[in-house]
Amino acid sequence: MTVVTYRDALNQALREEMQRDPSVFLMGEEVGVYQGAYKVSRGLLDEFGPMRVVDTPITELGFAGVGVGAAMVGLRPVIEFMTWNFALLAVDQLVNSAAKMRYMSNGQVGVPAVFRGPGGSALQLAAQHSQAFESWYAHIPGLKVVMPATPADAKGLLKSAIRDDNPVVFIEGEMLYNTKGEVPEGEHVVPIGQADVKREGGDVTIVCHSKTVSVALKAAEQLAKDGVNAEVLDLRTIRPLDTSAVLNSVAKTHRCVVVEEGWPFAGVGAQVVDTIQREVFDELDAPILRVTGADVPMPYNKLLEKAAKADPAKVIEAVNQVLYRENK
Amino acid sequence: MTTKVVMEALSPTMEEGRLVEWKKQEGDVVAVGDVLAEVETDKAVMELVARAGGTLLKHIVEAGATVPVSEPVAVIGEPGEAVDGQRGVGAARQPGEGATPPPAPAPTEQRRPPAPSLREGNGAKAAPTRVKASPLARRIAAERGLDLGGVEGTGPEGRIVARDLETAAAAAPARSTGAPPIAAPPPGRPAAPRVSGPYTDVPLSQIRKTIAKRLSQSIGPIPTFYLTTEVDMERVWEARAALVAGQQGAGAAWQQVKVSFNDIIIKSVALALRQHPACNAWWQDDHIRYWNDIHVSMAVAVEEGLITPVIRNADQKSLREIATESRDLASRARERRLKPEEYTGGTFSVSNLGMLDIDEFTAVINPPEAGILAVGRIAEKPVAHEGAVAVRRRMRLTMSCDHRVIDGATGAEFLKTLKGMLENPLALVW
Repeated sequence: MTVVTYRDALNQALREEMQRDPSVFLMGEEVGVYQGAYKVSRGLLDEFGPMRVVDTPITELGFAGVGVGAAMVGLRPVIEFMTWNFALLAVDQLVNSAAKMRYMSNGQVGVPAVFRGPGGSALQLAAQHSQAFESWYAHIPGLKVVMPATPADAKGLLKSAIRDDNPVVFIEGEMLYNTKGEVPEGEHVVPIGQADVKREGGDVTIVCHSKTVSVALKAAEQLAKDGVNAEVLDLRTIRPLDTSAVLNSVAKTHRCVVVEEGWPFAGVGAQVVDTIQREVFDELDAPILRVTGADVPMPYNKLLEKAAKADPAKVIEAVNQVLYRENK
Repeated sequence: MTTKVVMEALSPTMEEGRLVEWKKQEGDVVAVGDVLAEVETDKAVMELVARAGGTLLKHIVEAGATVPVSEPVAVIGEPGEAVDGQRGVGAARQPGEGATPPPAPAPTEQRRPPAPSLREGNGAKAAPTRVKASPLARRIAAERGLDLGGVEGTGPEGRIVARDLETAAAAAPARSTGAPPIAAPPPGRPAAPRVSGPYTDVPLSQIRKTIAKRLSQSIGPIPTFYLTTEVDMERVWEARAALVAGQQGAGAAWQQVKVSFNDIIIKSVALALRQHPACNAWWQDDHIRYWNDIHVSMAVAVEEGLITPVIRNADQKSLREIATESRDLASRARERRLKPEEYTGGTFSVSNLGMLDIDEFTAVINPPEAGILAVGRIAEKPVAHEGAVAVRRRMRLTMSCDHRVIDGATGAEFLKTLKGMLENPLALVW
């Protein structure tokens, strides 16, 4: 295995899938000549040419629609949004076209497209550019929502997303692009819909995804010094949710904290909590707690921004609460 | 000056002793070396003698209580002397007063604040006081037969959580929900077993405790041993064939349910348990529950594993009733439509893999039950029969026993009765 960055792992997945299948093409703002706002598409224009690496105008609704149409006639577009904040303009194409086409055509027309780009907050990009939208898309029947936390998962899941015959919303972590990790060489595919235990433990389950996986792991490390052995479960796919992984872990630990970057109301964690209390009520020894971003537009002020984000200290506090321990 | 009498280590391995009987009563004059009480240790019943002279002022524990070594059991001093700030007992006490049991502990409900009633003044009845417990704590309590009413919760607002049950189990004996607390046994005898009701709880004697502790250390939480016997099934075969033949052409729905070998085995097990109640029991950590009712769990394979629906009062049911009920339970088990009360509460289990051509196997005990019978296939074999080798239909039965409850001979006697019944199925109607 070689150590590569999250950004290069995504680049490998794109390159390998474009080599493997001539119907795969990449389209979006600055993906070609500029090689991507986050350099995910580095080298692809040179290798595959302007027919398969297509620079677009700043027209999210337009190129998302072109992507849906291309997918309907048999191509496999990968549509890059510079960030998911800009994809708000394209939501109609995702929700009303991509997600519903197979259903409304009675199964005759599918949309094998991937919509990808960074989500969540970075540092001091302020309220309009610091948002986690996974719960919006996960709400829609017909869309899959995938959110890798590590380079290996980023590569393996992007390959699965491109090969999937249905529209996949692929949300990358803006702060994860530079993170490094081991990535298996050659054909490395991670199936959609499988969570992953990033750290085994028996005292409490911390459910997380994307950037909050590292938050949960840091909290778990700190808790271990205090004698608490936390299990960190990375959802990897938000929809379809790997309910059996969640339930098995909670049945083992009897306590659960769900961490996410987004806002609390109707968030991903709310769905996880609902599933747990319905399926393994009798395993619970404490109410399930959630750690989320604060229920406000993201502040620009550095200290306020820090205070608004889910962090290890908040996770530790919630874990102590579900374990009925004093917070130290 | 008063002297405390403590539970002494009367054997090298003794950690606690059961005070069987007080030999000196409160108010009695005692001399050094007098026998104060009889104490059952992990090995034998021994004497606890006075190490100081004077008047026995107080029994700190009652007969029947189990006391850890070094804990005080009585106080010796001068008549009228105060015992830990209490009014002393002595010459002035009324005869018979010493026999008065201490007042019952206050109901534990007092410890919890009353539940706030919702929408007060709405004319609605006040909500009954509710025990707050986590779902896991409730499940554990139900499994162990613990009464949550007596447990102090350490969670927010007194919520009982799983760890409180660990503390409670260590501190106090389990009580069955709704059952009256067990009165202190009369001196010198174990608690009188209740003769009516669905079961009888028997406190663990010291030897049973030692057996349980030692064997659990040896081979895991349920120290299991296995007994195997082989049964001649010729007569059961004939009996079943005759029963099934008699059903040919019969119209009523119940007549269309063919009696299976498993039905006959369940019925036989139930009747054999009636004769061997020692095998019809639950291990309850600090006591053994001997069931007067006989509820046979039958293992049913389902898509994702197995489940054990229960034939209740199987000893009182006819083969026809057992056949009808087991068919219904098994089919609903496979559809996952059993209600919880239909697959819990068994007192003994039967698991049959004979239909899958298994000769014999060992089944895993379904706690808190103390025994499970593993039934193999009925196979034709050459065996010695009445002085000659004959081909007979034979079946192997293996019983897994929880050694904390069932000893080797106890299990063997049960199996012998069962074997006798199957070899002479007329016993089923005896």
